[in-house]
Amino acid sequence: MSSAALPLDHPAPRRRARPRRFGVLPGFGLSMGYTLMYLGLVVLIPLSSLLFKTLGLTWEQFWAAVSAPRVVASYRLTFGASLLAATINGVFGLIVAWVLVRYPFPGKRIVDALVDLPFALPTAVAGIALSALYAPNGWIGSIFAPWGIKIAFTPIGVVIALVFIGLPFVVRTVQPVLEEAERELEEAAASLGASRLQTFLRVILPTVLPALLTGMALALARAIGEYGSVIFIAGNLPMVSEITPLLIITKLEQFDYAGATAIALVMLSISFVMLAVINGLQWWQARHLGADGARPGGPR
Amino acid sequence: MNRRDATLSEPRWVRWSLTAIALGFLALFLAMPLVTVFFEAFRKGAGVYLASLTDPDALAAIRLTLLVAFIAVPLNLVFGIAAAWAIAKFSFRGKQFLITMIDLPFSVSPVVAGLIYVLIFGAQGWFGPWLQANDWKIVFAVPGIVLATVFVTFPFVARELIPLMQAQGSDEEQAALTLGASGWQMFLRVTLPNIRWALLYGVILCNARAMGEFGAVSVVSGHIRGLTNTLPLHVEILYNEYQFAASFAVASLLTLLAVATLVVKRIVEWRGACTLADRELPPEASPAALRPRAA
Repeated sequence: MSSAALPLDHPAPRRRARPRRFGVLPGFGLSMGYTLMYLGLVVLIPLSSLLFKTLGLTWEQFWAAVSAPRVVASYRLTFGASLLAATINGVFGLIVAWVLVRYPFPGKRIVDALVDLPFALPTAVAGIALSALYAPNGWIGSIFAPWGIKIAFTPIGVVIALVFIGLPFVVRTVQPVLEEAERELEEAAASLGASRLQTFLRVILPTVLPALLTGMALALARAIGEYGSVIFIAGNLPMVSEITPLLIITKLEQFDYAGATAIALVMLSISFVMLAVINGLQWWQARHLGADGARPGGPR
Repeated sequence: MNRRDATLSEPRWVRWSLTAIALGFLALFLAMPLVTVFFEAFRKGAGVYLASLTDPDALAAIRLTLLVAFIAVPLNLVFGIAAAWAIAKFSFRGKQFLITMIDLPFSVSPVVAGLIYVLIFGAQGWFGPWLQANDWKIVFAVPGIVLATVFVTFPFVARELIPLMQAQGSDEEQAALTLGASGWQMFLRVTLPNIRWALLYGVILCNARAMGEFGAVSVVSGHIRGLTNTLPLHVEILYNEYQFAASFAVASLLTLLAVATLVVKRIVEWRGACTLADRELPPEASPAALRPRAA
């Protein structure tokens, strides 16, 4: 691309459909072509197989597969537990982010690094560790067992696992917003006579609310599809503690491909809805901050 | 404490109770599971621990996990660089939509991710009969595991690079071209050094997920011991056979990988923050991933 060295002298040859902003850089066609091809081969074409496979069903077959009582019970558990876990994470994640940003305490850097553990720890490991902890003979389970409270192998266990995997989403989304929050606003509120609680409710909370909701939505989206950390602690009783992803696997093992695909299509549609919600929240957050906003820092 | 701090902070009892709640919550949900893994792994002594790790099936699982990561991570690395180059350095219509599509695998349940490859390559799938006729196995064999892993780790590198490269702009690349560099020289000598920490960060996260993926791999693996068992699947099999000590011993390997990932992540964040500070980028231009946390 040595001709690119003197773009002003040779304007004519570069009048192709090149993007205007950084017109002189090479490699748009190659990188874009590769990106689209790879995206298509790895993600879009495989995902479309769900749609095509479901199109082979009649509407009655599809409806029967996705609305059977056992399937509906699994939706109820998956969504109920995911919502509850996202709410718990909203409350405690906000407190954790607040304490990490505002208060000094010994070992803070280690604690801060530990928050990312659920991103890095394989879900199967989290699953067996949590079920060992919360089983009736485990360290935590044995505290509750004398009162007849069972945590592992019940829907409560599902919520525990989903709290574990969702926590970093809330903390890591709220943390940068709190770090960049303008202390001057709090100062102004205080000088105008607001109490600390009033300042928190009227100044700080509205600032972090978009980020908090984004974090909770990310945690919710992850929780709905979660499989590995849940199945060990859930007990997996049909109608009681069986999550939807597990039901897909069960159908697959029974060679009920149509049933598995229909339920998977429902889950994929929910993923798209969650993606739209999260994009909307991030747009709101970006507008709220007047900058590019905080992208959640970690993987899912 | 002077008066300004007093009006901008909470009473001491509030600060202490909030700190206690936060640390208690983290201890309960993060620290205790971590400790449990190692406690259970060594419960029956170091002999059982070592025997569990040197079991032929465990060794086969380690080899397969390394092989899968060795294929999946470079594939997504190349894709991540290509996607970030196209998205960050050029303007075109539908860019936001493309970014959303790249993030899509994060929103799809791992089980669904595995299922789609069964639908395509399984016995009843699109290519099933053809594959059987030619005696090729993809699902319930290693290629299926690789494909499912590539799918779930798809966005990691791209999503770390895109915000950074967008913030960096293309002034330096244009300068290199003006000075007579070829496209590849520009990429290798200017772009790559600028993005190396974010690249490393993305690769580390991609690798951690590739080695630890359970749901998607579980659907396509077929669970054949010594052949199609990755480390997380081996953990599951041992656990379901009530060999808890062995299961946690293998799990402790994956936990060490996770802890190492967190440590390297911290170092990269710190180095990346230093590099960014040297380059004097405005703080709001740096991606969240490379932003230094409050000390």
